[in-house]
Amino acid sequence: MSALLKYLVPFALGVAVLAAWQTLVRFYAVPVYLLPAPSDVWAALTANFPELMSALWVTLRIVVAAFVIAALSGVFWAIVFAQSRVVEMALYPYAVALQVTPVVAIAPLIVILVGFERIDLALLIIAWIVAFFPILANTTIGLRSADSNLMDLFRLYGASRWQILWRLQLPSALPYLLGALKVSGGLSLIGVIVAEFVAGTGTDTGLGWTITQAMRNLEIAKMFAALGLLATLGIAIFAALSALEYALLHKWHESALTKQG
Amino acid sequence: MAPLLSLRGVSKTFSGGTQALGAVDLDVAEGEFLSLLGPSGCGKSTVLRLTAGLIAPTGGTVKFAAGKPETAFVFQEPTLMPWASALTNARLALDLEGVPRTEAEPRAAAALARVGLAGFEHAFPRELSGGMKMRVSIARAIAAKPKLLLMDEPFAALDELARQSLNDDLLKLWREDAMTVIFVTHSVYESAYLSTRVAVMSARPGRVAAEIALEQPAAREESYRLTPEFADAARRISAALKDKAA
Repeated sequence: MSALLKYLVPFALGVAVLAAWQTLVRFYAVPVYLLPAPSDVWAALTANFPELMSALWVTLRIVVAAFVIAALSGVFWAIVFAQSRVVEMALYPYAVALQVTPVVAIAPLIVILVGFERIDLALLIIAWIVAFFPILANTTIGLRSADSNLMDLFRLYGASRWQILWRLQLPSALPYLLGALKVSGGLSLIGVIVAEFVAGTGTDTGLGWTITQAMRNLEIAKMFAALGLLATLGIAIFAALSALEYALLHKWHESALTKQG
Repeated sequence: MAPLLSLRGVSKTFSGGTQALGAVDLDVAEGEFLSLLGPSGCGKSTVLRLTAGLIAPTGGTVKFAAGKPETAFVFQEPTLMPWASALTNARLALDLEGVPRTEAEPRAAAALARVGLAGFEHAFPRELSGGMKMRVSIARAIAAKPKLLLMDEPFAALDELARQSLNDDLLKLWREDAMTVIFVTHSVYESAYLSTRVAVMSARPGRVAAEIALEQPAAREESYRLTPEFADAARRISAALKDKAA
């Protein structure tokens, strides 16, 4: 019952909003270049389907690549930081600086540095910058949050650094890392779109660039269609990472437990 | 009994300037069940950590007669790895020593069975009660057959029933494995029931104020708590604690 409601209630709300939107737009005869009705958006989606799908694929490819690189590099540097306070002290301020400088402001610089002929790489770097920091910061905290008594026990049993890292610190950091991945998954999407707004997508056209062009051409229905795809992509990324989190944590971590009894 | 270890003039001052231990002299013989008893803040746990080598003394020496023996530690909290099953937790010392899994697994399972947890090998810590978690913690400690078992108020957080049953099981393990146990507690009755010797400690700064040897029947069980010998032991320990630690 409650499982059904969980999906039924938001779905019913969505249908109601779309119906109201459709009715009001038609009733007040709002011009399509101001606010298209859902049926107009659907028509735009089907009419431009191949183009939109190829744009989705271009964007998705870069998002996934940036996210994977951010995850790997974030975990790698967190491990380095956890091994050495000196390295952390030296590098952390620059990692913070990278994070707090608005990405929209750095994007043009990166595009120029990398060169317009390799715009894919520029998009990748920009998305990586946005997605990297939450993973680095959370994993660093997670690695340090290992139970100090367990740490003593590992030392008492003569555990090597590698054993402590693999058997104690990384499992302790896992809930932190997975939380950060959910944040960074969304951020890498935002990063790619922002980068496309600034730089375009070179020869290929991503969703961000499609939105920019549709807006300039006053193809507002097509813009909405692209927006819809973008939102769907964001939700899919979030759902996939939530599923990963559940798979890895549901047996033991408080956050993933369902209340029983 | 052969000497196992001796503490000579061991003192410890923490980096904040708190002097946890004055100068502690303490000898521990092989096969003893020694309780460290005293009010909180008297440095009982510090003595245990110094003995384990987890912290270094500020002054004095901790000497082992024949090199540092295989040592296990049980904390006040069960301190289990929440992501690992009871069996994997019990296997920890063996895994870290590089014992092959095919050999470590049956040994860890046997240790779990000895603390009454046969059938719970694949349970995760969150599925176990407080007393059962402490049993896993003890199984982890005995799985590698330590010569020296250090216990830091292991049963303080448990209810009376779980505590008494764990006391009996611990005595049984101690007898069967011929380990030396150093047991930190603030319960007079617990120390009277378990120990062959009690070192009463006093605070500010922490030191050993009195040592009481107890003549214990080799096999103690629940009925021992009702004997005059037990009452006498408890009275002597209590008197020493009041006298020296106040």
